[in-house]
Amino acid sequence: MIIAERKPIDEIMAMLTGVKRLLLIGCKGCVTVCSAGGEREVEILASLIRLGRKKEGEPIEIIEAALTRQCDKEYVDAIDQWDGQYDAIMSMACGVGVNFIANLRPVATVFPAVNTTSFGGSQLQGVWTEQCAGCGNCILHLTGGLCPVARCAKSLMNGPCGGSQDGKCEINPEVPCIWQHIHDRLHRLNKGASLTAIMPIRDWSTAGHGGPRKTVRDDLTL
Amino acid sequence: MSDFTPDIRAFVCHYTSQQSCAAGAEGMVTDGFPANVRLARQVCTGKLKVSTLLAAFEDGADGVYVVGCPADTCHNAMGSQRAAKRVLAVKKALSELGVEPERIEMFHLERGLHPEFIATAQQMDTRIRALGAGPFKGETA
Repeated sequence: MIIAERKPIDEIMAMLTGVKRLLLIGCKGCVTVCSAGGEREVEILASLIRLGRKKEGEPIEIIEAALTRQCDKEYVDAIDQWDGQYDAIMSMACGVGVNFIANLRPVATVFPAVNTTSFGGSQLQGVWTEQCAGCGNCILHLTGGLCPVARCAKSLMNGPCGGSQDGKCEINPEVPCIWQHIHDRLHRLNKGASLTAIMPIRDWSTAGHGGPRKTVRDDLTL
Repeated sequence: MSDFTPDIRAFVCHYTSQQSCAAGAEGMVTDGFPANVRLARQVCTGKLKVSTLLAAFEDGADGVYVVGCPADTCHNAMGSQRAAKRVLAVKKALSELGVEPERIEMFHLERGLHPEFIATAQQMDTRIRALGAGPFKGETA
């Protein structure tokens, strides 16, 4: 899922300077699962914004809602029901949701309430770790299912760097060296010999270095 | 001496507050429980939401506190630990808003400790009187 975390309150309050009626909308997708921008977080942030404004003596009206998703036009269109009732929209979805609202509502002011951090999973309750970089050219079949693009600090393609110490990365002793794990795992699976193959210089054009990416499925387009 | 009487909301565990509540509201005040502390009894403090605690401040509370079981012997296993985490989240949020985090507190008490339950309320009353009125008394939207 896409992992996000709420922005600091002072940054949020600064964005809302002058706004008297706010539409605060969460998303029931990824940000609900990672507890950053679902219905519960909308309720909490709305309360914090109101408290912050009460403290400043500048009350604010907030409409609280959560859309099924903010990355599909059909669901974003639900915003129409609040037309004329807000000065600005604040989205608690990932950056995709904020962009979609901006794309689809050209004259609406929209602010992000969260920082979108990574594609990851829940390692422990309350802990999420990055697992995928969305690079557009997956090589997990060559690395035992563990991604060196997302999980190696240098995105190395041919084994660990000299900073790998006792299975940990030199950037932080709590970060595992993913190349150590790839090595151990492939040997455990009797595929260690595959590590002798040299991966060629990587073409990063699929990773956004060739501009914004677009996926077209002719079997689905109308 | 200030004539400020704080509005304090207490969210208390059913079990921890049982003996105190058995005394009845008048009995508690007779025993020294501050009359300006409003009790909201919970089936378990682990059921409390962050938004419920914030709503108390929105509703005009100058201070809020939660009384739950001892962390390692909660009647519902981890309820009071969860409550403590949520109180901590509100403390952090208050700090972000530039408000004293001491306006909210978590207490862990054994079941049936009537004098300690009263003392906790008195402690919060003293603390909030010293801090003064809460900063959220602005005009409601």
